[in-house]
Amino acid sequence: MASAILEVRDLRKSFGALAATDGVSFELREGETHAIIGPNGAGKTTLISQLAGNLRPDSGHIRFAGEDVTHLSAPARAHKGFARSFQITSIYRDFTALDNVALAVQAHAGHSFRFWKPAREERSLREPARAMLEEVGLGARADVLAANLAHGEQRQLEVAMALATRPRLLLLDEPVAGMGLEESQRMVQFLRNLKGKRSIILVEHDMDAVFTLADRVSVLVYGRIIASGSPQEMRASPEVRRAYLGEEA
Amino acid sequence: MNWILLFEQALNGLQLGTTLFLMAAGLTLVFGIMNLVNLAHGSLYMIGAYLMVAAVQWTGSYPLSILLALLGTLAVGMLVEVIALRTLYERDHLDQVLATFGLILFFNELVAIIWGRTALFTALPPYLQGHIEIVPGSIFPLYRLVVIFVGLAVAAGLWYVVARTRLGMLVRAGASNRTMVAALGVNIRLLYTIVFGFGAALAGLAGLMAGPIYAVQPGMGELILIQVFVVIVIGGIGSIRGALVGALVVGMVDTMGRAFLKPLLGHFISPPAAEAAGPALASMLIYLLMAVVLALRPAGLFPAKSG
Amino acid sequence: MRARTLILGVCVLLLLLVPLLATWIGQTYYIDLVRRVMIFAIAAVSLNLILGYGGLVSFGHAAYLGVGGYSVGILAFYGIHNGWLQWGVAILASALVALAIGAISVRTRGIYFIMITLAFTQMLYYLGISVEEYGGDDGMRLKVKSQFSGLVDLADPVTFYYVVLVLLLSCMYFVHRLVGSRFGMVLRAAKSNEARSRAIGFSPYPYHLAAFVIAGAMCGLAGALLANHTAYIAPAFMDWTRSGEIMFMVILGGMATTPGPALGAFALLVVEDLLAGWTQHWQVILGPLLVLCVLFFKRGLAGLLPGSKDG
Repeated sequence: MASAILEVRDLRKSFGALAATDGVSFELREGETHAIIGPNGAGKTTLISQLAGNLRPDSGHIRFAGEDVTHLSAPARAHKGFARSFQITSIYRDFTALDNVALAVQAHAGHSFRFWKPAREERSLREPARAMLEEVGLGARADVLAANLAHGEQRQLEVAMALATRPRLLLLDEPVAGMGLEESQRMVQFLRNLKGKRSIILVEHDMDAVFTLADRVSVLVYGRIIASGSPQEMRASPEVRRAYLGEEA
Repeated sequence: MNWILLFEQALNGLQLGTTLFLMAAGLTLVFGIMNLVNLAHGSLYMIGAYLMVAAVQWTGSYPLSILLALLGTLAVGMLVEVIALRTLYERDHLDQVLATFGLILFFNELVAIIWGRTALFTALPPYLQGHIEIVPGSIFPLYRLVVIFVGLAVAAGLWYVVARTRLGMLVRAGASNRTMVAALGVNIRLLYTIVFGFGAALAGLAGLMAGPIYAVQPGMGELILIQVFVVIVIGGIGSIRGALVGALVVGMVDTMGRAFLKPLLGHFISPPAAEAAGPALASMLIYLLMAVVLALRPAGLFPAKSG
Repeated sequence: MRARTLILGVCVLLLLLVPLLATWIGQTYYIDLVRRVMIFAIAAVSLNLILGYGGLVSFGHAAYLGVGGYSVGILAFYGIHNGWLQWGVAILASALVALAIGAISVRTRGIYFIMITLAFTQMLYYLGISVEEYGGDDGMRLKVKSQFSGLVDLADPVTFYYVVLVLLLSCMYFVHRLVGSRFGMVLRAAKSNEARSRAIGFSPYPYHLAAFVIAGAMCGLAGALLANHTAYIAPAFMDWTRSGEIMFMVILGGMATTPGPALGAFALLVVEDLLAGWTQHWQVILGPLLVLCVLFFKRGLAGLLPGSKDG
């Protein structure tokens, strides 16, 4: 059986009196896609930020491939195999799409204390970057400035950058947010092809995406996981419906 | 050990500290709430000093001059805020630094045009002149004592306003989370203008009180401004408490350092070496202190901002 | 793109011709003027690296002019006139000071960083004033220019001019290569989006620190040149208003561009020169001009050149 690549134990994070993460525990098996859903304000992004290393939990543990990474910085986790996409698009707006992905490749291609040779002429960086852009469907837009890409294309770029670092663990924070129907379907299909090859934690509102992609679904409400199981189980659970829809009424 | 001297220098340190506090309080609030780096804060200090000199010459009445100088500085501050600084609130720090740097050049030259470059001296009214014997054997200038008391009184007043009034609550909230305060529907523009005006008045007060002690000349604002920066870095941005603690610490360390480091060194190393190294080290002391504080607490001792 | 290269090429050509033209019209003063501008241009080029490309608002860059200048001055004071040694020490000392200051400052952000760099520069300024041995507030004279064992004679204004020109072009080229390299890309990426950089695995601190040191070292070289140019060194080299001037050159010329800093240095110093000739109170005009420039002219002069886009 696939072993647990990520173990989260009793994670807690408070902002003043607000407990954004209130004792979250779960395991992610290697190759599994685990979706985290919940009403707005449930603390999903806070959770992702702690997993990615952008936020320090107040208490609790995160273990990755058997190693305690709770106090590891975000760059260090990236080198362990973490990759993250942000809820609010976070790309290099003043660089081209190709530059963006090439930078992600560069981060994992040896050290960057090289001061003379133009990075844009390094085939070992440009070629994998170009390939990655092709894979997500942005091949034709490689030389467009990221700021000039359409919103949906920028989201694709986010994912491309995350993948370009050859991660073992993908933390995707609402990857199809703000995308039109066709675009999000394309993205979902793309992510579907990753199933099994990567371990993915997916935070999403889009239920189609969740049910297509997830092996497991956890429901986060007020910083706590109130239910966890297969997508079908979650869909059928009255508890979940109440927590989710009742709250949103 | 000359206790009298120690006592007197401690009082001097306290006086410098309170002056620094008056400057730091306004500046740190402006930093914390409006996220504005205002290098021209020192210019307001200078303007306060110059207006005082001019007012005394014009009216001959010390109390009236204080009022005029304060109001004048306040007016200049508000004017500057409306004309030049409003557009800078949304700009990045670099723009703010450069724009306010331009203002410094302008004001320094403006006072030079109006009053010339030589240092001016302000005469004190008879009731503020003279010395007081606080402890037997030690006489201390009365005026400096007054400055200390005024500074501490302002500190107490500020504490009251910030800790006990609604306005103070808004100020504290704004210092730690600006966007939230705006979201609460508070009239941000007005709050900003009040805070800025307040800071300007404090700077003007510091300036008009400093006139008789330090020289009134173009560029006097920048000399003290850098020390104020050290105060704020040590104390933490946006925090009045930090400004007070930082100001007193910096005032004390700087004054005592200048007075005692050379003789102190002379005990350990040869007098000629102490003669050379003493003053140099003394002038660097507060910066070294700042470096140490930063190494241990990168956000200062009492930072207002959370997260 | 072509037009841009052409214009810049013409500028370099003009710089090459200045000494000849100046001598021809009998106004050798211009050789000194342009040489001074070029020295400050080197300082601006170095600041552009950390400010324009790196996004580090360092208000203490003039400190390295002082460190470099005093390295030359102090060695000369003790009878060491070897230029290689003097300038080597100037660069090394500046690098070390930048390392020390940077190690502490670069960890901080935003307002703190600005104030800290300012404070450290002021510290060095006070250090300069209080050391009586080397002239204190008045500074010290440089009676003998840096000697280069017969290779070049800096006492000859024209030779010195060309030395500075070569160094300026070299520095500009060096920075140009640097910002296109892997190192430069990380630096620029960190400025563009720090959160994203950390997420893909770059920790900005070592890169910022390295850039800070390189910039300091280059400015130290400018300091050594300045000492030779003015034939004296004073704490005023490190005055924070000087830091502000250099920053303005970078902004005015156009941040994060190759020709920007040089254009800015020329523009600012020429404007200062003109205004100073008009009134002794020129700063009262320059001040508001700078304010207006910041408010309305952010892209700088390089932005006016054809084919301008981020390199």
